[in-house]
Amino acid sequence: MKKSPREVIESSRSITRRGLMLTGIQAAVVATLGWRLKSMQLDRADEFRLLSDGNSVKLRLLPPARGLIHDRHGVIIAGNEANYRATITREEAGDPGAVIARLRHLIPMTDTAAAALLADIGRRSAITPVVVADRLTWDQFASIAVNAPALPGVTPESGLSRSYPRGGDFAHVLGYVGPVSDYDLSKIENPDPVLMLPEFQLGKLGVEAKLETDLRGKAGTRRVEVNSAGREMRELERIEGEQGATVQMTLDAALQNFAIQRLGEESAAAVVLDVQTGDILASASAPTFDPNLFVRGISGPDYRALMEHDHRPLADKTVQGVYPPGSTFKMVPLLAGLESGLIDGGTHYYCPGHTTVAGRRFHCWSRAGHGSVGPVASLERSCDVFYYELAQKIGIDRIAAMARRLGIGVRHELPMSAIAEGIAPDRAWKRARHDQEWQVGDSINASIGQGYVLASPLQLAVMTARVATGREVRPRLVRAVDGTPVPVGDFPDLGLSDAHLRIARAGMDAVMNGDRGTAARADHRAGMAHGGQDRDQPGPQHHGSRTGAGRDLERPAAVGAARPRAVRLLCPVRRAALCGVGRGRTRRRRVGGRGPGGARHPAVRPGGRAAAAGRLSPRPARRDRGDACKDAPCARHGRAGVRPGAGLRGRRR
Amino acid sequence: MSYLDYSSDQTPTGWRKILYLNWPLVFLLASVASAGLLMLYSVSGGRAEVWAEPQLERFVVGMAAMFALAFVPIWFWRSISVVAYVACLALLVMVDVIGHNAMGAQRWLDLGPIKLQPSELTKIALVLLLAAYYDWLDLDRVSRPLWVLIPVVLILTPTALVLVQPDLGTSLMLVAGGGIMMFVAGVSLWYFGAVIAAVGGLVFAVLKSRGTDWQLLHDYQFRRIDTFLDPTTDPLGAGYNITQAQIALGSGGWSGRGFMQGTQSRLNFLPEKHTDFIFTTLAEEFGFVGTISLLGLYTLILAFCLYSALTNRDRFASLLTLGIAATFFLYFAVNMGMVMGLLPVVGVPLPMVSYGGTQLMILLMAFGVVQSAHVNRPR
Repeated sequence: MKKSPREVIESSRSITRRGLMLTGIQAAVVATLGWRLKSMQLDRADEFRLLSDGNSVKLRLLPPARGLIHDRHGVIIAGNEANYRATITREEAGDPGAVIARLRHLIPMTDTAAAALLADIGRRSAITPVVVADRLTWDQFASIAVNAPALPGVTPESGLSRSYPRGGDFAHVLGYVGPVSDYDLSKIENPDPVLMLPEFQLGKLGVEAKLETDLRGKAGTRRVEVNSAGREMRELERIEGEQGATVQMTLDAALQNFAIQRLGEESAAAVVLDVQTGDILASASAPTFDPNLFVRGISGPDYRALMEHDHRPLADKTVQGVYPPGSTFKMVPLLAGLESGLIDGGTHYYCPGHTTVAGRRFHCWSRAGHGSVGPVASLERSCDVFYYELAQKIGIDRIAAMARRLGIGVRHELPMSAIAEGIAPDRAWKRARHDQEWQVGDSINASIGQGYVLASPLQLAVMTARVATGREVRPRLVRAVDGTPVPVGDFPDLGLSDAHLRIARAGMDAVMNGDRGTAARADHRAGMAHGGQDRDQPGPQHHGSRTGAGRDLERPAAVGAARPRAVRLLCPVRRAALCGVGRGRTRRRRVGGRGPGGARHPAVRPGGRAAAAGRLSPRPARRDRGDACKDAPCARHGRAGVRPGAGLRGRRR
Repeated sequence: MSYLDYSSDQTPTGWRKILYLNWPLVFLLASVASAGLLMLYSVSGGRAEVWAEPQLERFVVGMAAMFALAFVPIWFWRSISVVAYVACLALLVMVDVIGHNAMGAQRWLDLGPIKLQPSELTKIALVLLLAAYYDWLDLDRVSRPLWVLIPVVLILTPTALVLVQPDLGTSLMLVAGGGIMMFVAGVSLWYFGAVIAAVGGLVFAVLKSRGTDWQLLHDYQFRRIDTFLDPTTDPLGAGYNITQAQIALGSGGWSGRGFMQGTQSRLNFLPEKHTDFIFTTLAEEFGFVGTISLLGLYTLILAFCLYSALTNRDRFASLLTLGIAATFFLYFAVNMGMVMGLLPVVGVPLPMVSYGGTQLMILLMAFGVVQSAHVNRPR
């Protein structure tokens, strides 16, 4: 069927007409598409770009390394260690069960742990890494890395974790860190987002908690690109954080270690203070515990053992524990009496071994009595009756006021947790606390550091330091933060008469160096000292206190200690404080036995500034050297300006 | 016209045919395909072996087929149009019975070494058949009701077979493609007006019936229609894809994020990024410059086809060229409209760019037929 030319032309016309109409429609559609492209890609590009970035760009925090803590000589006492761990991601693992079975050839894992882990993996989303093993050794970590091809989805990771290389030595002072809990967050007004990181560690106690803001540092950030499943694909930008500030403590790691070692498992505490600066050189509370256990997450049984231990290892007895200071308190009423003008250096009381007040008989520790006793002898021989009489004469309020002046019954601000105030009782206190009138018997008890009087070892050390210097020494724990030294306070004068202080110092000195001093048999008479202990309290709660200050010019230190069992352990601590650790001989104590009258008096030690007032004690140094530094000549003592041969020791009891 | 009408002295013969090929069209097609290969390389994250290489192989085979078909005399295509149509119907029936099931729809026929998607083939066969039909039909009978009814049946038969697969997108493409053939052939505009009015009225009635006593559809069907028309009402389900696609498209801006730098595609936010939504990757990585260029390439292809058709005095060849160009147009217009949020999401690939062997090869073969019409046009 051949088409005619007319038909062909007509067909062409028709097609051209319709084809152009179609083209018009198509052009309109293409124009619409182009317009739409323009409106989306040019006009609204920013809006979509924002959405796109919101999709794929996430900000992640980089936890900062925690600041280091040094002792006064730069020894690291709290550092960071690499924590090796392995995580598993279900999506990549495929069959987590098989992978974990293989992993168990490399690292030990119990059946129950493996089952719990599998359940955990099943619960989490497929792309969330789950920690398979924490705290791996380097060898385990390396073996996982080497076997990575056989362990799909398992990623070895390393992070930083707090570590306390000195173990329990600084557990109470430094405290420890732990994972951030909801409770922690609830206490913080505006929590730093870095706290939300699962592996982040927060200071829980002690210096770690109190200096948290300094130690934490500043978090860095990473901008990462994530895919639609939320997995990180690459890092776009990384801003490193800043490590927390390095904190230098006033503590001396060696001395601290020595003190902790000597106190051992006893329930005891000791504080060594530089009387000049107030620097706390050692603050030992025993028994101690390993703070690293807490960092890692302590196990139930371990925690129970610590909680139920009758020596209360978790308490920091140096500042939290308050105990009757016993005879160590006697300088307080003595100075109160002297300052009041009601007695003077020549006042003597007769001690028949007891005194009777309001029909009640109060005994001296020496039933036989001390005879006529003056201020210096009252300390040397720790005569109780002298203070019974004194207290009746001057009244409790003067004693309490003096106690507070010397640092007992007031809170010393330190970056430590739960610092106790102690009690310097007076009439107002008893009314408020017990709703009772003050009785004269209360004064009598308080005069020898018993009854209501309570002081922490730190307060005893502060008291001793103040007596030794006559200035309002305040304790200091932090020496420098981030290289910036914390200024030593310019301690104001206490306003006590120098003559009166000298009497008190002489009495303390005589305790150890006097012929009849209650500590005259201590193997280490390094200077003036005074000690005391209360009686008749058996058992682990039996308290006893020692305090004292050395009189060495160059090595000022005051020691406060509590708890009797510690008392005999303190001799070496004193020696160490004076002569430097390791110089003092660790010979067997000779003392240890009961002192006269059954008082096991002690040992206190002390240091130097008191000695500065070397006039107080004509006797000295020789013994110091002889005892403490005989074997290893103590350079400090050698230079101390002590007069050799200044006196032979008299009779020793 | 029968093959007897073609005189050998009017048409080029042998190797001379190469000179008469529509070379601009060849280059345009190669350009679009290259863009496609580039995007496939990008969305695979630089691993050519995943998508780009297989696609390249098919492109080479498809180009070879295009040249081979270009040398075939035009009368051959008219002669086999009925056979091709019937064969396609048979394949569609086969696919419904024994077809390969993918994504909940039976679209594939597994023929040993190759997997065939008969619905794609059908689009071309339908164009061939309708072109042959209107070439055969007297011009003055084109708009008579009986002669209008016949092509309607010819269109709706394969449409019904595709619809039961189910494949709504291809069904609509068949209807639209067939409709355009009838339009170009000169069927009276009144028919088109009537059909559009009828469909519009029906849709209006259905939507209007919602919530009334005489509601024509179930509630869940209405909800499906809602989601279909406006995916943003279901942001985590059907809407997720289209939202992400629009973000990718819009975030490209003027010049895009750079080759292989598109976060939406590389990080898997984009669905179907190597097939139906590949345009969004192009938009994200090459921005407005890239998208408008691709749109320009497509428009040029249409323009060259139109020019070829209008200058061809052979009615069959003209209709055929316009029909294939219109099919091509429907592909990219629907795909782009879909990813830009102008049209509901129906699974239509971006021609020559999306990954998919059947689609690419069949399009190239169809352009081979267009080339054949161009080469063999009466002079």
